[in-house]
Amino acid sequence: MRQDVDIRQQEGELTGLAEAILRQAKRLGAAAAEVSVSEDIGLTVKVRKGELETLAFNADRSFGIAVYDGQRKGSASTSDSSEGAIEETVARALGIARHTQDDPCHGLADADLMAAHLPDLDLFHPAPLDTEAALAAAQACEAQGFATDQRIVNSEGAEAARSQSCVVYGNSHGFMGAASTTSHSLSCVLIAEDSNGMQRDYWYTAHRNPGALEAPEAVGRTAAERTAARLSPRKVATGSYPVLFSPQAARSLAGHVIGALSGGAQYRKASFLLDALDAEVASPHLHLVEQPRLPGRLGSASFDGDGVATAEKAFIDAGVVRSYVLSAYSGRRLGLPTTGNAGGVHNLLLKGRTKAFKALLNDMDRGLYVTDLMGTGVNGVTGDYSQGAAGFWVEGGEFAYPVDEITIASNLKDMLRQVAAVGDDPDQRGNIITPSVLIETMTVAGGAAAT
Amino acid sequence: MTPLIPEAERTLLEPAGLSRQDAERALGRLAGAGADLGELFLQHRIAESWALEDGIVKEGSFNLDRGLGVRALSGEKTGAAYAEDIRPEGLANAVEAARSITRAGGEQQVRALAPTDASPVHDQGNPIAALGEQDKVALLERADQAARRIDNRVQEVNVRLSLNFETMLVMATDGAWAAEARPLVRLDVSVIVAEGQRRERGFAGAGGRRPLSSFSHEWPEDLAKEAVRCALVNLDAVDAPAGPMPVVLAPGWPGVLLHEAVGHGLEGDFNRKGSSAFANRIGEQVASAHCTVIDDGTLPDRRGSLTVDDEGTPTEPTVLIENGILKGYMQDKLNARLMGAAATGNGRRQSYAHQPMPRMTNTFMQPGSADPAEIIAACPKGVYAVNFGGGQVDITSGRFVFSATEAYLIENGKVTRPIRGATLIGNGPEVMTRVSMVGNDLSLDPGVGVCGKEGQSVPVGVGQPTLLVDEITIGGTAT
Repeated sequence: MRQDVDIRQQEGELTGLAEAILRQAKRLGAAAAEVSVSEDIGLTVKVRKGELETLAFNADRSFGIAVYDGQRKGSASTSDSSEGAIEETVARALGIARHTQDDPCHGLADADLMAAHLPDLDLFHPAPLDTEAALAAAQACEAQGFATDQRIVNSEGAEAARSQSCVVYGNSHGFMGAASTTSHSLSCVLIAEDSNGMQRDYWYTAHRNPGALEAPEAVGRTAAERTAARLSPRKVATGSYPVLFSPQAARSLAGHVIGALSGGAQYRKASFLLDALDAEVASPHLHLVEQPRLPGRLGSASFDGDGVATAEKAFIDAGVVRSYVLSAYSGRRLGLPTTGNAGGVHNLLLKGRTKAFKALLNDMDRGLYVTDLMGTGVNGVTGDYSQGAAGFWVEGGEFAYPVDEITIASNLKDMLRQVAAVGDDPDQRGNIITPSVLIETMTVAGGAAAT
Repeated sequence: MTPLIPEAERTLLEPAGLSRQDAERALGRLAGAGADLGELFLQHRIAESWALEDGIVKEGSFNLDRGLGVRALSGEKTGAAYAEDIRPEGLANAVEAARSITRAGGEQQVRALAPTDASPVHDQGNPIAALGEQDKVALLERADQAARRIDNRVQEVNVRLSLNFETMLVMATDGAWAAEARPLVRLDVSVIVAEGQRRERGFAGAGGRRPLSSFSHEWPEDLAKEAVRCALVNLDAVDAPAGPMPVVLAPGWPGVLLHEAVGHGLEGDFNRKGSSAFANRIGEQVASAHCTVIDDGTLPDRRGSLTVDDEGTPTEPTVLIENGILKGYMQDKLNARLMGAAATGNGRRQSYAHQPMPRMTNTFMQPGSADPAEIIAACPKGVYAVNFGGGQVDITSGRFVFSATEAYLIENGKVTRPIRGATLIGNGPEVMTRVSMVGNDLSLDPGVGVCGKEGQSVPVGVGQPTLLVDEITIGGTAT
């Protein structure tokens, strides 16, 4: 089955729908309103042990509206875009606004901040929704996984997915922006076994442009190598050691920092980086920057959830906090202008004193390389950090053996100041792009303490 | 036939101009494609939430979702498609897309639909309509005022009221025909307290598949009190220890241990595929003889309760582990058929746009005989863990974590100082064999559990009595 789809052809219809919803809000008495309409069309093919397991088609359309009645706000959303549902949904939002209370900070972002120019960010690379091609890619990927290492005995499958989506945001300032994007991915989860039990791991490739994906065989091979490398893990003697986060594991560290710098955490006083603007909070070589308009990236966008133009900025520059992560609302709460981050960040990059990965291992000499984190043990208010971990023990700058069933603990405030260096290996797949990160010391709990 | 089916048809089929015969014809198309099972799932869900911050109810939202999901199962293969519009055209397109998994054509007579006779295990009313907006707002304000009244170290209070009402109808070529209405309510209170340079947060929440009127009159105040208590305890917390040691788990919500250590590993899909650390171990000792673990969707009004699962199979108490011996897995139809087992009422999906898979409902451990005080006294040095944030498991290696948000040191058999939050890590099959004492105080969680699996979230319940685990690794910083 093969469908040639081009969701850009829906942009006009979705824009018309957004306009109709805004008109309806005005007719029912909303002083101001904003609406977001999205459509997503996709195909997912999953293969397990060479056989087709799941073939799933999706076509979603939904919209959400926020209305303002004076300084009061109500929101509603639905997956039903029939005329009757539009009417009911807008009426519901207004009904809610009548029962909420005045908040002087509510309201649209200022009209002069709307993204005036919507550049082409090179985010749309359609390919036909072709089940045979997707099936072939997933089969080739998984087959290479099995062929790479004889200890790969089982599979949770390889999955190829393609989707196109279109998001339209408009508000009663008259702003109306549309963004159509494509997404292509291929992932593989494998299981390896030896006399000490089973281990699983995975690898994936994802890009806006199908031509930029890793080859299916390369994804399968990497998944197999990563999985087999985890077999026969040991524990680590409880103690304090340097910890090197892999680029994938380091992604969550950047996420915790952004959470702490978000307007919501700041005005709720629920941040371990409270009132940190202009304070030095991290090693002086560290930078956390946002580049929202990089062409072709998964995180790129030219306007945020308020319709405000996105802009390049540093949240942390040379270890010093230079900006919070603000929407129009959270900005007003803090008496600051929006940073164009309603809905979050777009292409966040962590940079610092950069060394080759091998040099980082040499610097660490003896310690823990973490590839996998588990759990919810991060307290955003205090910065207390305690997570389950797996990875490799490093001895003399070399991988000695895999380790698991251990925890790593510290406080994020200390960890940020103890970043010794970062790797030259940023993981480009996603909205948060981080290299390996070497932390000087953390408590590792595993087996009995070393004597 | 229970009145639930005609009621669901009035909500789901009639407004769309669809008849029962249209649905049966669609099943005939699926059966004709040579599928082992063809299934239609229709769903209508409304949700409303209200949020309080800075002492005012500043936001509310409403969501309406309705749609249909179509599946064709053939061997180990699944074809799936869905449509947001429950309309004849959407149904026809979804049926054609789903049946493309099989190559055969034509139509076929399907087995006559057999309506389920399961009686509802929870309230069937709409909680959104049952209370006026002003009364909902008042609940939030009461929680806020109570929290601020209790202690002047309370700096911030956030309260959220979430109300859901879902109507589902499922029909399948195996004759399954079932429907139910599923209310779900929840009230959450979260506070920030400060003293000197220290800030801490505390949280309490509760809910279930029951009307708001069934909760105690002091519900908002009780939750506020509990949230403030949790936060204040942590103001005095010292660094948690690091390394393996004995842990006493309090009753109720710490049952998240069972959910992670054994629950996921006993879901049918992972065992059929041989990817679980518990695969091929039925009849073996996988826990200490003190442990009997049950998954039960029939518990009245609980958050994880369902009259029928999303495939129309009535829920039941499913014994997973009995006196330490592995007895069975949780099954949906696909995995039950492929494993030659019976479906256990655990086939759940997040929505019509997702596919069912084996999921937990309410998972708990049966009580033992020990007095909880005796269990603490039996532990000379260790940790007493009372509250948890959440957990996670790697079902293949069996490695799991759960993160304590309220815990204390046990010194000389007595609970002493509070410790900072820490993650506990262990291996499911190993940790369960180290459960050496089980209390007589089984309690179920207050009703806030959300379980995630392969990108799908569903509400669940957990429960357990006080337990002593002889050794588990605590991820603190004090060595």
